[in-house]
Amino acid sequence: MTTMLTEPRRPQKPGHHERRRHTRQAGRRRNWAGGLAGWLWLVVVAVPLYWALITSLKAQSRYYASNPLVPSGDPTLDNYRLVIESDFFRYFVNSVVVTAGAVVPAVVFSFMAAYAIVRGWRLRVLRAMNGLFLMGLAIPLQATVIPVYLIIIKLHLYDSLLALILPSIAFAIPLSVLVLTNFIRDVPKELFDSMRVDGATEWTTLWRLAAPLTRPAILTVTIFNALTIWNGFLLPLVLTQSPERRTLPLALWTFQGQYGVNVPAVLAAVVLTTLPVLVLYAFGRRQLLSGLTAGFSR
Amino acid sequence: MSTLTGHSPRREPWTVLPWLATPALVVFVGFAVIPLVGVFALSFTTWDGIGAIHPSGLASWRSVLTNPGLPHALWVTFLVMVVSWAFQTPLSILLGTFLAGRQRYRALLGVVYFIPLMLSSAAIAIAYKALLDPNFGLGAGLKIHVLSQDWLGRPGLAFGVVIFVVSWQFIPFHSLIYQGGVQQIPKSLYEAAQLDGAGRIRQFFSITLPQLKYTIITSSTLMVVGSLTFFDLIFVLTEGGPGDATRVLALDMYKRGFQANLMGPASAIAVILVLVGLALALLLRRLGGRDAGASQLEGV
Repeated sequence: MTTMLTEPRRPQKPGHHERRRHTRQAGRRRNWAGGLAGWLWLVVVAVPLYWALITSLKAQSRYYASNPLVPSGDPTLDNYRLVIESDFFRYFVNSVVVTAGAVVPAVVFSFMAAYAIVRGWRLRVLRAMNGLFLMGLAIPLQATVIPVYLIIIKLHLYDSLLALILPSIAFAIPLSVLVLTNFIRDVPKELFDSMRVDGATEWTTLWRLAAPLTRPAILTVTIFNALTIWNGFLLPLVLTQSPERRTLPLALWTFQGQYGVNVPAVLAAVVLTTLPVLVLYAFGRRQLLSGLTAGFSR
Repeated sequence: MSTLTGHSPRREPWTVLPWLATPALVVFVGFAVIPLVGVFALSFTTWDGIGAIHPSGLASWRSVLTNPGLPHALWVTFLVMVVSWAFQTPLSILLGTFLAGRQRYRALLGVVYFIPLMLSSAAIAIAYKALLDPNFGLGAGLKIHVLSQDWLGRPGLAFGVVIFVVSWQFIPFHSLIYQGGVQQIPKSLYEAAQLDGAGRIRQFFSITLPQLKYTIITSSTLMVVGSLTFFDLIFVLTEGGPGDATRVLALDMYKRGFQANLMGPASAIAVILVLVGLALALLLRRLGGRDAGASQLEGV
């Protein structure tokens, strides 16, 4: 557990050139199996993505007659217009509200809890809480969805965005606390001591010292949670009902139910709902990927 | 120094710190721990999801345990778990090793590989549903007969499609884990092996693979425990069908609970899901002989 997070923390620069030199030597004998798998997998991944993209730009009337792997001679945005006219802007806003509304408190609460756990490790209460959060990693969301549904009904929150936000926060907490405690543990104890000598309260130490020093971890955890919640399907499926409350994945599903045979329109919806994440991917690939493997590398 | 330390009871951390952890605790207990306990409780009741909840003893359990649907769902879940593990693991190790190389073009391939990780299961399933459509899909458009089968309409094929799409979605993630693992293997091991005249393949089997032991355990734990929770993908892709060919436990629970309005039996299945997950996680941890999977049980 202690070694889990060594990868993202390790400074990448020193020794990089040296390593490169070594692999060059080692790489003199080609890795044929790896190379073959590598290129094959590229095809396996790229073909469906390429097909979805070019098809989404074809007119429905021409789609059936065209070669599916050749892009249309005169691409059209009609499919995208149909998707946008089907209220997808509203679903986009819903997804943003749910994601932001869940991720911000989840990360803030987790950070406060992680800080308390590290700083108050001597207290049995906090060690017990840590144990409870760790156990939470083993709770599958699916298995709890029926009682969650019951609680949401009892709270009169059924069919609201808040109904999606609350359980999303709860299920983001265990992994976030785990990752953040590991990072806060690495902050040198002397820094905390000197803050205290300067008369800072725990609250100021938390925000002025611990937070800036663990910013990469906070970013990582934020990204991981945001992706999970943004792509979530089960909670919206079970906890909402009216079209006005749909988030993007659920909207996509109902859109396909409605326009199933209009393949270009369905794919335009897929591309459009995926676009925000892909734009982020283009700009912050490194952070996104390290966010995804947070706590899992080795 | 000595005059300054611990002079102010106001800042005594032992009183403040538990309060800082309270917000997380409250939400977590309210929406994760209580539901977990609640699902046990609900499995001893009868509830249609709308009306009143009536205690009914072991009725739900009796109905679930005598229903042939349960062994079938367990079997399908087991098959999905084993087959997807067996399909994903060698490929992920191979791709992870490949990506760990420092050549520039590999990094570029990596950019494409990881795109599926960003997509929602719903989006992936919907795209594949369109792609595999026997009349309007890719195979039909290319007029290649082998590819234009009724992929999702025949039990064996549908199962294969589920495994393939699961792998398409998750192999990148596991390759990423293996890439990290491979990069942490000391280069001196390979240099020594090279001096001894060991070839690429020999190096892979006697250095890379043994060194990846804990990475394999971590990745396998995530795969196996995670496979219990495939819901979105299978729900959108096949809805458990055709018939009940791809009806895994999580789907069985949803259908009984939210479609057949039998929340009691559905809760009993949820309990089984939790127990199977815990048993698997503990088993894999025992196999690992180290704390490797202890805190990483969350499905992906």
